[in-house]
Amino acid sequence: MKESIIICRCSDLTQQDIRDLINEGYTTFDEIKRISRVGMGPCQGRTCLPLVLKEISIAIGIPMSDLSPGTFRPPVKSIKLEALTEEAIEGGESYLE
Amino acid sequence: MIPVEILVIGGGPAGLCAAVQAAEMGSKVLIVDRNNTLGGQLVKQTHMFFGSEKQYASTRGFDIANILLDKIDKMKNVEIMRKATVLAIYEDGVVSLEHKDKYIKIKPKAIVVATGASEKNLAFPNNDLPGIYGAGAVQTLMNEYGVKPGNRVLMIGAGNIGLIVSYQLIQAGVRVEAIVEAAPTIGGYLVHASKVRRMGVPILTGYSIKEAYGTDSLESAAIWKLDENWRGIPGTEKKLNVDVICISVGLSPLSELLWQAGCQMKYIHELGGFVPVRDTNLHSSVKGLFVAGDVAGVEEASSAMVEGYIAGMSAAAYLGYKLYNMKLVKEDLMNQLDSLRHGPVGEKIRRGISNLTIEHEAAASVDAL
Repeated sequence: MKESIIICRCSDLTQQDIRDLINEGYTTFDEIKRISRVGMGPCQGRTCLPLVLKEISIAIGIPMSDLSPGTFRPPVKSIKLEALTEEAIEGGESYLE
Repeated sequence: MIPVEILVIGGGPAGLCAAVQAAEMGSKVLIVDRNNTLGGQLVKQTHMFFGSEKQYASTRGFDIANILLDKIDKMKNVEIMRKATVLAIYEDGVVSLEHKDKYIKIKPKAIVVATGASEKNLAFPNNDLPGIYGAGAVQTLMNEYGVKPGNRVLMIGAGNIGLIVSYQLIQAGVRVEAIVEAAPTIGGYLVHASKVRRMGVPILTGYSIKEAYGTDSLESAAIWKLDENWRGIPGTEKKLNVDVICISVGLSPLSELLWQAGCQMKYIHELGGFVPVRDTNLHSSVKGLFVAGDVAGVEEASSAMVEGYIAGMSAAAYLGYKLYNMKLVKEDLMNQLDSLRHGPVGEKIRRGISNLTIEHEAAASVDAL
């Protein structure tokens, strides 16, 4: 039976997937993110980040307080490309006035 | 680029109080919130609050939100942008947000970040079965949308959220089969624990979930006793017929905007994870950026409100606005926080915060005036 402890709901990654990556030498959240897309879905790490850091902490024996949660790039939620191009063309409307 | 004096990100208890205080001192405030209804998690709190009169004790959570919103309604210098999600804070102080499918940039002179926290998840077999929710999500479903989540519930976590949501589930006619708590003691207030116990719900400390079962959705769950190393003890399993599992194992501060802005952050377990260092005025390590509520360290709505007043006052003072008795007001607010943070849980929070405190130059702060 397929292992069913889900760590990352957005990209469907299990605890075993994360543990395998750590064993392969990916021991920071950013490294695991780049190889697996963990934290890159709609939740942007809000669900999976604490769970992944805990796995790293246990595996390599470094306390959570000394681990890096990685880089939080904008935007923190998805936005339509249309909105961005509109803003670029119109140069930012005077919204509140 | 829209010029704004004070931008408050998040219209929950902390953000609303920050706006009230900053506006009372004469500054112009813009509150942005991603929801259509302001009040944050207060809007689904049907129970009465503790604390003292100053934090609206004995008033129900959603009524507190209405009191604060009525106050803001009467203020001419507070503007509210609903259904607006902040997307980023850039290093040059520009804030971008999405509102009505538009991408907007704002340049505030000061920012109060009051984004709150999100529910932590738990890793166990089949934890993605439909029927497994965060306890706060179930509270939203029931109290805000009037949707019954299921018929038989297993609650994981005996903190205040786990206990209160259990009680509210029973009020809604849902059976709570058990509350399990991995720690050896109940984390929430004993008043809440006694209440659900009197209604016949067992609270099992030193227990956790082993596994969830079901094909298309949750059908049952196994719990087991934990040893002193938090590992399950084989042979102690109990099977429960439940169609809902509520996960209530703590909150994690929604701090991504603070990381982007370049705030110095520290991991403090007692406060829920990575939180910003700050001075007693709740001024972060980034000039002009203030923090309040759960994003600054997970606590409760009462302390979030007091922190909101402090952050709002500090942000206004940073821009040169004054109150004739500002020092006294700050002292009173600090005393309120102290009394909210008494007892064993409060002691932990105080210890956590003492590891976060930095000193700013006194110029243009509450202390200088």
